[in-house]
Amino acid sequence: MSGLNQGKMQLSGRGVICVRGGREVFSGLDFEAVSGEAVAVTGRNGSGKTSLLRLIAGLLIPAGGTIALDGGEAEMTLPEQCHYLGHRDALKPALSVVENLSFWADFLGGERNDAAESLATVGLDHATDLPAGFLSAGQRRRLSLARLLTVRRPVWLLDEPTNALDVAGQDMFGGLMREHLARGGMIVAATHAPLGIDSRELRIGGMA
Amino acid sequence: MTALSALIRRDIRIALRVGGGALIGVLFFLTVVVLMPFAVGPDLALLSRLGPAILWLGALLASLLTLDRLFMADHEDGSLDLITMSRTPLELACAAKALAHWLAAGLPLIVATPVLGLLLNLDMVSTGAVALTLLAGTPALTFTGMIGAALAVTLHRGGLLMAVLVLPLSIPVLIFGVAASQAVIVGPMNFGAPFSILCALSLVSLVVGPFAAAASLRHGLD
Repeated sequence: MSGLNQGKMQLSGRGVICVRGGREVFSGLDFEAVSGEAVAVTGRNGSGKTSLLRLIAGLLIPAGGTIALDGGEAEMTLPEQCHYLGHRDALKPALSVVENLSFWADFLGGERNDAAESLATVGLDHATDLPAGFLSAGQRRRLSLARLLTVRRPVWLLDEPTNALDVAGQDMFGGLMREHLARGGMIVAATHAPLGIDSRELRIGGMA
Repeated sequence: MTALSALIRRDIRIALRVGGGALIGVLFFLTVVVLMPFAVGPDLALLSRLGPAILWLGALLASLLTLDRLFMADHEDGSLDLITMSRTPLELACAAKALAHWLAAGLPLIVATPVLGLLLNLDMVSTGAVALTLLAGTPALTFTGMIGAALAVTLHRGGLLMAVLVLPLSIPVLIFGVAASQAVIVGPMNFGAPFSILCALSLVSLVVGPFAAAASLRHGLD
Protein backbone atom coordinates (compact mmCIF):
# COMPACT_ATOMS: atom_id res chain seq x y z
CA MET A 1 0.00 0.00 0.00
CA SER A 2 2.82 2.37 0.81
CA GLY A 3 3.68 2.81 -2.86
CA LEU A 4 0.47 4.68 -3.52
CA ASN A 5 0.28 6.86 -0.45
CA GLN A 6 3.34 8.99 -1.01
CA GLY A 7 1.36 12.19 -1.06
CA LYS A 8 -0.82 13.93 -3.54
CA MET A 9 -0.27 13.20 -7.21
CA GLN A 10 -1.53 15.21 -10.09
CA LEU A 11 -1.84 14.15 -13.71
CA SER A 12 -2.20 17.08 -16.05
CA GLY A 13 -2.22 17.79 -19.75
CA ARG A 14 -1.82 21.22 -21.29
CA GLY A 15 -2.72 22.09 -24.84
CA VAL A 16 -2.39 18.50 -26.02
CA ILE A 17 -2.63 18.05 -29.77
CA CYS A 18 -3.20 14.64 -31.29
CA VAL A 19 -2.57 13.98 -34.98
CA ARG A 20 -3.19 10.55 -36.44
CA GLY A 21 -2.72 9.58 -40.05
CA GLY A 22 -2.26 13.26 -41.00
CA ARG A 23 -5.63 14.21 -39.50
CA GLU A 24 -5.92 16.33 -36.39
CA VAL A 25 -8.06 14.36 -33.93
CA PHE A 26 -8.19 17.01 -31.22
CA SER A 27 -6.16 20.03 -30.26
CA GLY A 28 -5.68 22.35 -27.32
CA LEU A 29 -6.98 19.74 -24.88
CA ASP A 30 -6.46 20.52 -21.19
CA PHE A 31 -7.21 17.98 -18.49
CA GLU A 32 -6.21 17.14 -14.99
CA ALA A 33 -6.78 14.52 -12.36
CA VAL A 34 -5.58 14.31 -8.77
CA SER A 35 -5.16 11.38 -6.39
CA GLY A 36 -8.44 9.72 -5.57
CA GLU A 37 -10.19 11.08 -8.60
CA ALA A 38 -11.68 9.39 -11.65
CA VAL A 39 -12.02 11.09 -15.01
CA ALA A 40 -14.54 9.72 -17.48
CA VAL A 41 -13.51 10.61 -21.02
CA THR A 42 -16.57 10.81 -23.24
CA GLY A 43 -17.21 11.79 -26.82
CA ARG A 44 -18.58 10.33 -30.01
CA ASN A 45 -16.83 7.53 -31.90
CA GLY A 46 -13.61 8.72 -33.44
CA SER A 47 -13.34 11.77 -31.19
CA GLY A 48 -10.02 10.52 -29.82
CA LYS A 49 -10.82 8.88 -26.48
CA THR A 50 -8.53 5.93 -27.06
CA SER A 51 -5.89 8.22 -28.56
CA LEU A 52 -5.92 10.32 -25.39
CA LEU A 53 -5.34 7.24 -23.24
CA ARG A 54 -2.53 6.10 -25.51
CA LEU A 55 -0.97 9.55 -25.38
CA ILE A 56 -0.93 9.37 -21.57
CA ALA A 57 0.45 5.83 -21.75
CA GLY A 58 3.29 7.04 -23.97
CA LEU A 59 2.13 4.79 -26.81
CA LEU A 60 1.49 7.81 -29.04
CA ILE A 61 3.61 10.91 -29.26
CA PRO A 62 1.66 14.16 -28.86
CA ALA A 63 2.01 16.56 -31.79
CA GLY A 64 2.02 19.40 -29.29
CA GLY A 65 1.44 20.20 -25.63
CA THR A 66 2.61 18.37 -22.54
CA ILE A 67 1.38 15.58 -20.32
CA ALA A 68 2.96 15.24 -16.88
CA LEU A 69 2.52 13.49 -13.58
CA ASP A 70 3.54 15.49 -10.49
CA GLY A 71 4.16 13.87 -7.14
CA GLY A 72 4.67 10.34 -8.39
CA GLU A 73 7.87 8.37 -8.01
CA ALA A 74 10.53 10.75 -9.22
CA GLU A 75 12.79 8.32 -11.04
CA MET A 76 10.02 6.78 -13.12
CA THR A 77 8.36 8.04 -16.28
CA LEU A 78 4.61 8.46 -16.50
CA PRO A 79 3.99 5.29 -18.57
CA GLU A 80 5.95 3.25 -16.03
CA GLN A 81 3.44 4.28 -13.37
CA CYS A 82 0.39 3.50 -15.48
CA HIS A 83 -1.75 0.47 -16.08
CA TYR A 84 -3.23 0.39 -19.56
CA LEU A 85 -6.30 -1.71 -20.17
CA GLY A 86 -7.05 -1.50 -23.87
CA HIS A 87 -9.33 -3.26 -26.31
CA ARG A 88 -6.71 -5.90 -26.81
CA ASP A 89 -6.20 -7.86 -23.64
CA ALA A 90 -2.55 -8.96 -23.89
CA LEU A 91 -3.36 -12.58 -23.11
CA LYS A 92 -1.72 -15.58 -24.73
CA PRO A 93 -4.25 -18.27 -25.65
CA ALA A 94 -1.68 -21.06 -25.24
CA LEU A 95 -0.89 -20.17 -21.62
CA SER A 96 -3.15 -20.91 -18.68
CA VAL A 97 -4.96 -18.20 -16.73
CA VAL A 98 -2.46 -18.23 -13.88
CA GLU A 99 0.55 -18.38 -16.25
CA ASN A 100 -0.71 -15.30 -18.08
CA LEU A 101 -1.22 -13.41 -14.87
CA SER A 102 2.02 -14.37 -13.19
CA PHE A 103 3.98 -13.53 -16.34
CA TRP A 104 2.67 -9.96 -16.29
CA ALA A 105 3.25 -9.73 -12.55
CA ASP A 106 6.88 -10.84 -12.97
CA PHE A 107 7.48 -8.76 -16.06
CA LEU A 108 5.88 -5.52 -14.92
CA GLY A 109 7.51 -5.76 -11.52
CA GLY A 110 7.16 -3.34 -8.65
CA GLU A 111 4.92 -3.82 -5.66
CA ARG A 112 2.57 -6.75 -6.10
CA ASN A 113 -0.29 -8.64 -4.57
CA ASP A 114 -0.91 -12.34 -4.49
CA ALA A 115 -2.00 -13.55 -7.95
CA ALA A 116 -4.34 -16.22 -6.56
CA GLU A 117 -6.06 -13.63 -4.40
CA SER A 118 -6.61 -11.31 -7.38
CA LEU A 119 -8.06 -14.19 -9.40
CA ALA A 120 -10.48 -14.92 -6.56
CA THR A 121 -11.50 -11.26 -6.42
CA VAL A 122 -12.37 -11.16 -10.11
CA GLY A 123 -14.11 -14.52 -9.92
CA LEU A 124 -11.72 -16.66 -11.94
CA ASP A 125 -10.34 -18.86 -9.14
CA HIS A 126 -12.20 -21.88 -10.55
CA ALA A 127 -10.39 -21.64 -13.89
CA THR A 128 -6.76 -20.98 -12.98
CA ASP A 129 -5.34 -23.87 -15.02
CA LEU A 130 -7.55 -23.37 -18.04
CA PRO A 131 -5.74 -22.11 -21.17
CA ALA A 132 -6.74 -18.48 -21.76
CA GLY A 133 -7.85 -19.41 -25.28
CA PHE A 134 -10.93 -21.09 -23.80
CA LEU A 135 -12.09 -18.06 -21.84
CA SER A 136 -15.16 -16.07 -22.86
CA ALA A 137 -14.85 -12.37 -23.66
CA GLY A 138 -16.10 -11.44 -20.19
CA GLN A 139 -13.69 -13.84 -18.51
CA ARG A 140 -10.80 -12.43 -20.53
CA ARG A 141 -11.74 -8.96 -19.35
CA ARG A 142 -11.84 -10.23 -15.75
CA LEU A 143 -8.38 -11.73 -16.19
CA SER A 144 -7.10 -8.36 -17.45
CA LEU A 145 -8.61 -6.73 -14.37
CA ALA A 146 -6.74 -9.22 -12.21
CA ARG A 147 -3.53 -7.80 -13.71
CA LEU A 148 -4.47 -4.33 -12.43
CA LEU A 149 -4.93 -5.79 -8.96
CA THR A 150 -1.83 -7.97 -8.90
CA VAL A 151 0.61 -5.28 -9.98
CA ARG A 152 0.22 -1.94 -8.25
CA ARG A 153 0.27 1.19 -10.35
CA PRO A 154 -1.10 4.59 -9.24
CA VAL A 155 -2.65 5.52 -12.60
CA TRP A 156 -5.20 3.30 -14.32
CA LEU A 157 -5.92 4.04 -17.98
CA LEU A 158 -9.05 2.14 -18.93
CA ASP A 159 -10.51 1.90 -22.41
CA GLU A 160 -14.17 0.89 -22.29
CA PRO A 161 -13.45 -1.16 -19.16
CA THR A 162 -16.95 -2.52 -18.66
CA ASN A 163 -17.22 -3.98 -22.17
CA ALA A 164 -18.25 -7.63 -22.10
CA LEU A 165 -18.67 -7.66 -18.31
CA ASP A 166 -21.98 -8.94 -16.95
CA VAL A 167 -23.97 -6.98 -14.35
CA ALA A 168 -22.29 -8.71 -11.42
CA GLY A 169 -18.92 -8.11 -13.07
CA GLN A 170 -19.65 -4.40 -13.48
CA ASP A 171 -20.57 -4.15 -9.78
CA MET A 172 -17.40 -5.99 -8.83
CA PHE A 173 -15.36 -3.67 -11.06
CA GLY A 174 -17.04 -0.59 -9.55
CA GLY A 175 -15.93 -1.80 -6.14
CA LEU A 176 -12.36 -2.34 -7.36
CA MET A 177 -12.21 1.18 -8.81
CA ARG A 178 -13.53 2.70 -5.58
CA GLU A 179 -10.88 0.81 -3.59
CA HIS A 180 -8.17 2.00 -5.98
CA LEU A 181 -9.31 5.63 -5.60
CA ALA A 182 -9.56 5.29 -1.82
CA ARG A 183 -5.90 4.22 -1.78
CA GLY A 184 -4.99 7.42 -3.57
CA GLY A 185 -4.85 6.12 -7.10
CA MET A 186 -6.37 7.80 -10.10
CA ILE A 187 -8.38 6.57 -13.04
CA VAL A 188 -8.78 7.90 -16.56
CA ALA A 189 -11.43 5.90 -18.36
CA ALA A 190 -12.78 6.24 -21.88
CA THR A 191 -16.37 5.18 -21.75
CA HIS A 192 -19.85 5.38 -23.25
CA ALA A 193 -21.67 3.66 -20.42
CA PRO A 194 -21.73 5.15 -16.91
CA LEU A 195 -18.66 4.07 -14.98
CA GLY A 196 -20.59 3.25 -11.83
CA ILE A 197 -18.47 5.51 -9.64
CA ASP A 198 -18.32 9.25 -9.02
CA SER A 199 -16.23 10.76 -11.75
CA ARG A 200 -15.42 14.01 -13.41
CA GLU A 201 -16.40 14.13 -17.05
CA LEU A 202 -14.02 15.15 -19.78
CA ARG A 203 -15.82 15.57 -23.09
CA ILE A 204 -13.65 15.71 -26.17
CA GLY A 205 -14.45 16.47 -29.78
CA GLY A 206 -17.37 18.86 -29.17
CA MET A 207 -20.90 17.74 -28.44
CA ALA A 208 -21.60 14.03 -28.51
CA MET B 1 16.36 -9.51 -14.27
CA THR B 2 13.16 -11.27 -13.14
CA ALA B 3 11.33 -9.35 -15.82
CA LEU B 4 13.65 -10.59 -18.57
CA SER B 5 13.72 -14.18 -17.38
CA ALA B 6 9.91 -14.10 -17.13
CA LEU B 7 9.74 -12.90 -20.74
CA ILE B 8 12.16 -15.60 -21.91
CA ARG B 9 10.30 -18.33 -20.05
CA ARG B 10 6.95 -17.16 -21.42
CA ASP B 11 8.14 -17.09 -25.03
CA ILE B 12 9.78 -20.51 -24.80
CA ARG B 13 6.69 -21.95 -23.18
CA ILE B 14 4.44 -20.57 -25.94
CA ALA B 15 6.81 -21.86 -28.63
CA LEU B 16 6.80 -25.36 -27.16
CA ARG B 17 3.03 -25.57 -26.69
CA VAL B 18 0.71 -26.87 -29.40
CA GLY B 19 0.62 -24.36 -32.24
CA GLY B 20 3.90 -22.76 -31.17
CA GLY B 21 6.63 -22.37 -33.74
CA ALA B 22 9.48 -24.42 -32.28
CA LEU B 23 8.68 -27.76 -33.90
CA ILE B 24 7.63 -26.28 -37.23
CA GLY B 25 11.14 -24.94 -37.82
CA VAL B 26 12.80 -28.28 -37.15
CA LEU B 27 10.32 -30.17 -39.30
CA PHE B 28 10.85 -27.71 -42.15
CA PHE B 29 14.62 -28.11 -41.78
CA LEU B 30 14.28 -31.91 -41.88
CA THR B 31 12.04 -31.77 -44.94
CA VAL B 32 14.26 -29.45 -46.93
CA VAL B 33 17.41 -31.43 -46.21
CA VAL B 34 15.77 -34.81 -46.80
CA LEU B 35 14.56 -33.63 -50.21
CA MET B 36 18.07 -32.65 -51.31
CA PRO B 37 19.53 -36.13 -51.89
CA PHE B 38 16.52 -36.93 -54.07
CA ALA B 39 17.03 -33.79 -56.11
CA VAL B 40 20.80 -34.08 -56.46
CA GLY B 41 20.83 -37.81 -57.14
CA PRO B 42 22.96 -40.66 -55.78
CA ASP B 43 26.34 -38.98 -56.33
CA LEU B 44 27.85 -39.35 -52.86
CA ALA B 45 30.89 -37.19 -53.52
CA LEU B 46 28.74 -34.36 -54.82
CA LEU B 47 26.39 -34.67 -51.83
CA SER B 48 29.15 -34.41 -49.29
CA ARG B 49 30.62 -31.44 -51.14
CA LEU B 50 27.24 -29.67 -51.13
CA GLY B 51 26.37 -30.87 -47.62
CA PRO B 52 27.41 -27.84 -45.54
CA ALA B 53 25.75 -25.44 -47.96
CA ILE B 54 22.51 -27.42 -47.89
CA LEU B 55 22.50 -27.62 -44.11
CA TRP B 56 23.22 -23.90 -43.81
CA LEU B 57 20.51 -22.92 -46.30
CA GLY B 58 18.02 -25.20 -44.57
CA ALA B 59 18.85 -23.72 -41.17
CA LEU B 60 18.66 -20.18 -42.53
CA LEU B 61 15.21 -20.68 -44.05
CA ALA B 62 13.95 -22.61 -41.03
CA SER B 63 15.02 -19.91 -38.60
CA LEU B 64 13.32 -17.25 -40.74
CA LEU B 65 10.13 -19.28 -40.92
CA THR B 66 8.86 -18.38 -37.45
CA LEU B 67 10.80 -15.16 -36.97
CA ASP B 68 8.20 -12.85 -38.55
CA ARG B 69 5.84 -13.67 -35.67
CA LEU B 70 8.43 -12.55 -33.11
CA PHE B 71 6.81 -9.16 -32.51
CA MET B 72 3.70 -9.51 -34.65
CA ALA B 73 1.93 -11.84 -32.23
CA ASP B 74 2.63 -9.52 -29.30
CA HIS B 75 1.54 -6.55 -31.37
CA GLU B 76 -1.76 -8.13 -32.32
CA ASP B 77 -2.83 -9.07 -28.81
CA GLY B 78 -1.68 -5.83 -27.18
CA SER B 79 1.23 -7.34 -25.23
CA LEU B 80 3.67 -5.13 -27.09
CA ASP B 81 1.94 -2.01 -25.69
CA LEU B 82 2.49 -3.22 -22.15
CA ILE B 83 6.07 -4.27 -22.90
CA THR B 84 6.78 -0.80 -24.32
CA MET B 85 5.26 0.89 -21.25
CA SER B 86 7.05 -1.31 -18.74
CA ARG B 87 10.03 -0.49 -16.55
CA THR B 88 12.24 -2.81 -18.59
CA PRO B 89 14.13 -1.00 -21.38
CA LEU B 90 12.70 -1.99 -24.74
CA GLU B 91 16.18 -2.91 -26.03
CA LEU B 92 16.60 -5.53 -23.30
CA ALA B 93 13.09 -6.85 -23.86
CA CYS B 94 13.90 -7.24 -27.59
CA ALA B 95 17.14 -9.06 -26.77
CA ALA B 96 15.27 -11.36 -24.38
CA LYS B 97 12.66 -12.17 -27.00
CA ALA B 98 15.32 -12.93 -29.60
CA LEU B 99 17.21 -15.12 -27.14
CA ALA B 100 14.02 -17.03 -26.34
CA HIS B 101 13.37 -17.47 -30.06
CA TRP B 102 16.89 -18.78 -30.61
CA LEU B 103 16.60 -21.22 -27.68
CA ALA B 104 13.23 -22.52 -28.87
CA ALA B 105 13.74 -22.49 -32.64
CA GLY B 106 17.49 -22.22 -33.33
CA LEU B 107 18.96 -24.71 -30.88
CA PRO B 108 16.79 -27.65 -32.07
CA LEU B 109 18.16 -27.10 -35.59
CA ILE B 110 21.69 -27.60 -34.30
CA VAL B 111 20.66 -30.71 -32.41
CA ALA B 112 19.10 -32.11 -35.59
CA THR B 113 22.23 -31.46 -37.69
CA PRO B 114 24.11 -34.71 -36.87
CA VAL B 115 21.14 -36.80 -38.01
CA LEU B 116 20.85 -34.87 -41.24
CA GLY B 117 24.61 -35.09 -41.82
CA LEU B 118 24.15 -38.84 -42.34
CA LEU B 119 21.73 -38.19 -45.19
CA LEU B 120 24.26 -35.94 -46.89
CA ASN B 121 27.16 -38.39 -46.59
CA LEU B 122 29.07 -36.21 -44.12
CA ASP B 123 31.45 -37.95 -41.73
CA MET B 124 31.57 -37.28 -37.98
CA VAL B 125 34.17 -34.53 -38.16
CA SER B 126 32.43 -32.64 -40.95
CA THR B 127 29.04 -32.88 -39.26
CA GLY B 128 30.60 -31.63 -36.05
CA ALA B 129 32.13 -28.71 -37.94
CA VAL B 130 28.81 -27.77 -39.51
CA ALA B 131 27.04 -28.03 -36.15
CA LEU B 132 29.70 -25.84 -34.57
CA THR B 133 29.42 -23.18 -37.27
CA LEU B 134 25.62 -23.26 -36.91
CA LEU B 135 25.98 -22.84 -33.16
CA ALA B 136 28.17 -19.79 -33.72
CA GLY B 137 26.22 -18.39 -36.66
CA THR B 138 22.50 -18.89 -35.97
CA PRO B 139 22.41 -16.22 -33.21
CA ALA B 140 23.43 -13.73 -35.91
CA LEU B 141 20.53 -14.91 -38.08
CA THR B 142 18.04 -14.49 -35.21
CA PHE B 143 19.34 -11.13 -34.04
CA THR B 144 19.51 -9.56 -37.50
CA GLY B 145 16.19 -11.18 -38.37
CA MET B 146 14.72 -9.48 -35.35
CA ILE B 147 15.26 -6.11 -37.05
CA GLY B 148 13.14 -7.28 -39.96
CA ALA B 149 10.51 -8.62 -37.56
CA ALA B 150 10.31 -5.23 -35.85
CA LEU B 151 10.04 -3.45 -39.20
CA ALA B 152 7.26 -5.83 -40.22
CA VAL B 153 5.27 -4.61 -37.19
CA THR B 154 6.01 -0.98 -37.99
CA LEU B 155 4.97 -1.32 -41.62
CA HIS B 156 2.01 -3.61 -40.88
CA ARG B 157 3.27 -6.20 -43.34
CA GLY B 158 4.38 -9.63 -42.36
CA GLY B 159 5.68 -12.66 -44.16
CA LEU B 160 7.35 -11.94 -47.45
CA LEU B 161 8.51 -8.42 -46.66
CA MET B 162 10.40 -9.86 -43.74
CA ALA B 163 12.21 -12.38 -45.99
CA VAL B 164 13.10 -9.68 -48.50
CA LEU B 165 14.51 -7.45 -45.76
CA VAL B 166 16.36 -10.06 -43.80
CA LEU B 167 17.82 -12.44 -46.37
CA PRO B 168 20.31 -9.88 -47.78
CA LEU B 169 21.52 -9.17 -44.25
CA SER B 170 22.23 -12.84 -43.70
CA ILE B 171 24.51 -13.21 -46.74
CA PRO B 172 27.76 -12.59 -44.79
CA VAL B 173 26.75 -15.12 -42.16
CA LEU B 174 26.01 -17.67 -44.86
CA ILE B 175 29.32 -17.05 -46.64
CA PHE B 176 31.50 -17.44 -43.58
CA GLY B 177 29.43 -20.25 -42.08
CA VAL B 178 29.75 -22.37 -45.19
CA ALA B 179 33.40 -21.35 -45.71
CA ALA B 180 34.35 -22.50 -42.22
CA SER B 181 32.58 -25.83 -42.70
CA GLN B 182 34.16 -26.36 -46.13
CA ALA B 183 37.57 -25.61 -44.66
CA VAL B 184 37.25 -28.69 -42.45
CA ILE B 185 35.82 -30.93 -45.18
CA VAL B 186 37.86 -30.12 -48.28
CA GLY B 187 40.58 -27.73 -47.08
CA PRO B 188 42.97 -26.13 -47.87
CA MET B 189 41.94 -23.00 -45.98
CA ASN B 190 42.18 -23.10 -42.23
CA PHE B 191 39.06 -23.26 -40.10
CA GLY B 192 40.03 -20.47 -37.71
CA ALA B 193 39.77 -17.40 -39.93
CA PRO B 194 36.23 -17.79 -41.31
CA PHE B 195 35.03 -19.14 -37.96
CA SER B 196 36.36 -16.10 -36.11
CA ILE B 197 34.61 -13.79 -38.55
CA LEU B 198 31.41 -15.79 -38.07
CA CYS B 199 31.66 -15.34 -34.29
CA ALA B 200 32.35 -11.64 -34.79
CA LEU B 201 29.23 -11.31 -36.96
CA SER B 202 27.18 -12.93 -34.20
CA LEU B 203 28.62 -10.62 -31.55
CA VAL B 204 27.98 -7.52 -33.66
CA SER B 205 24.38 -8.57 -34.32
CA LEU B 206 23.90 -9.24 -30.60
CA VAL B 207 24.62 -5.57 -30.00
CA VAL B 208 23.11 -3.94 -33.08
CA GLY B 209 19.97 -6.09 -33.35
CA PRO B 210 18.21 -5.14 -30.09
CA PHE B 211 18.92 -1.42 -30.54
CA ALA B 212 17.74 -1.37 -34.15
CA ALA B 213 14.64 -3.42 -33.35
CA ALA B 214 13.72 -1.26 -30.35
CA ALA B 215 14.23 1.91 -32.38
CA SER B 216 12.00 0.54 -35.11
CA LEU B 217 9.28 -0.48 -32.65
CA ARG B 218 9.36 2.93 -30.95
CA HIS B 219 9.21 4.70 -34.28
CA GLY B 220 6.24 2.63 -35.32
CA LEU B 221 4.15 3.28 -32.20
CA ASP B 222 0.54 3.88 -32.95
